[in-house]
Amino acid sequence: MSRYASDRKAIEALVRPTEVHRDIYIDQDVFELEMKHLFANTWVFVGHDSQTPNKGDYFTTEIGTQPVIMVRHSDNEIYVLHNRCPHKGTKIAIDRSGNTGKFFRCPYHAWSFKTDGCLLAIPLRKGYKDTGLEESESVRGMAPVGAVKNYRGFVFARLNADGPDFETFFGDSLSSIDNMVDRSPEGRLEVAGPPLRYMHRCNWKMLVENQTDTCHPMVAHESSAGTAIQLWEAMDKPEGTKKPMAMEVIAPFMSPYEFFENMGIRTWPNGHGHTGVHHSIHSDYSAIPGYYEQMVEAYGEERAQAILGENRHNTVYFPNIMIKGPIQQLRLFKPVAANRTLVESYIYRLVGAPDMLLERTAMYNRLINAPTSMVGHDDLEMYERAQEGLHSDGLEWVNVQRLYTPGEDFDEIAVENGTTERQMRNQFHAWSKYMTMTMEGDAR
Amino acid sequence: MTFPTRDDLIDFVYEEARMLDDGRFDEWLDLWTHDSYYWMPLDYNQQDDKHVTSLLHEDAFMRKLRIERFKGERTFSQKPKTRCHHVLNRPFVDQMDEAKGEYVTHTAFHYAETRLDDQILLAATARHELKLIDGRLKITHKRVDLLNSDAAFGNIQMFL
Repeated sequence: MSRYASDRKAIEALVRPTEVHRDIYIDQDVFELEMKHLFANTWVFVGHDSQTPNKGDYFTTEIGTQPVIMVRHSDNEIYVLHNRCPHKGTKIAIDRSGNTGKFFRCPYHAWSFKTDGCLLAIPLRKGYKDTGLEESESVRGMAPVGAVKNYRGFVFARLNADGPDFETFFGDSLSSIDNMVDRSPEGRLEVAGPPLRYMHRCNWKMLVENQTDTCHPMVAHESSAGTAIQLWEAMDKPEGTKKPMAMEVIAPFMSPYEFFENMGIRTWPNGHGHTGVHHSIHSDYSAIPGYYEQMVEAYGEERAQAILGENRHNTVYFPNIMIKGPIQQLRLFKPVAANRTLVESYIYRLVGAPDMLLERTAMYNRLINAPTSMVGHDDLEMYERAQEGLHSDGLEWVNVQRLYTPGEDFDEIAVENGTTERQMRNQFHAWSKYMTMTMEGDAR
Repeated sequence: MTFPTRDDLIDFVYEEARMLDDGRFDEWLDLWTHDSYYWMPLDYNQQDDKHVTSLLHEDAFMRKLRIERFKGERTFSQKPKTRCHHVLNRPFVDQMDEAKGEYVTHTAFHYAETRLDDQILLAATARHELKLIDGRLKITHKRVDLLNSDAAFGNIQMFL
């Protein structure tokens, strides 16, 4: 770490009102500072509690680049622990999920820990007699993260012990999670199978920005969605043949600029925002038989219509997830290095709803988010070209100016034209705030 | 009526892979019945192709779309084009049902895909379900299991 190390002014200078410096994407020093500050000061998604339904169930993942274990303790609460033995540093669990029973046992020297992380036993403990072990960090067991919140099944953690509280950090943006969960007649989601895992050789923020970039689908996805529409129209088929589910999913990507302008973007404080305020590419899916009736029975007609009338497209929860309420999906953009991001795409079952909804959700995931997906290929090609292109010394700044108005206040909720890049600017405003929050020196 | 021999079935599987390696995609599309599926599961031993995520589960329309997309002027991830290469172990013939005209083969293979300076190597197993229709063998179902299907991949752009 050299150029930017804890230099608040240097970090702040990377974000201007309408442009950001390329080092935000390509500089490994900046990346390391993101891991140290941004991913420690913010509430980061860990997993869904249905991934650990029973006591002793655990799931291994990362917060930023920190290995952690999410585990259900004997009190039925979800704990998030650093995945590191306090003795020699060995990772306690390396399988992606499992059940550890009542305690974790390190495979190296058999130190054992309760599922809330507390040290349970050390073999041949007399060897530590009078050594001052009780004064050491090791004796405290597996270190918990700073704070954990289980919000309607979605588990978030903050690595730092101090920082913004959960409700302040997310505020009204939680309405998107609410809408996704409320779409279950029982108000509950369950994870459906393992996630897609797609490695991107680009910076994680390119993926986050792309979620509210509404001026790329009709261009970058012309190859997949455009070709699909052409094929379908040219196909020899009886008059009035119903569009197959796959066409319903893929065709709206070719909607014209006007469609995306009118669908609207809403931004919330702290870098959160969503596309699809008024309608979205998910608005015109066919009704699934029996589902509406179940919803009316569960919620009453008015409330059911309000829940299903929301068709939010992509909701970004800063820093690094996106959810799609209407199709019960979550994408996690895991930073690996300045030029490497692992994208994990999860789907959820609406408990109590017809299976055909899950069928569409699973189809969407493989058609759009898989390493074998044509739409995925379209996007990754652009990210990787950008990651390489940014090394050009011809220009040093990346433009985020579309529909900019001077004096934008990101602490205010705003609803704007759906092609604005305001949400990208909102993310960079939050980026600068949470990067420098724990740095030395005076705020700008 | 002449029925395919064991060798005919084995030759069919080799020929299918060669079409992909040679880029003879339209011929390859013609190997399939209209209601067939190409399935590549995401999980080891996955049984459900609908309610959990798969890597691929493609009907005739989606297969044709993928092939047409390869040819597109604005298909930027295919500029330049991807090439692929199969090395097949000799297929096992697991089932020969002449009464129904249905056959099943099981083939271990290694697959390489390249574009620009990148090349990936995958180990996989293919299960072909074949049917004799008007004297011709057609694919009714092909399941491809990647040895490391749960790994994090970059792009895999071609059919295996």
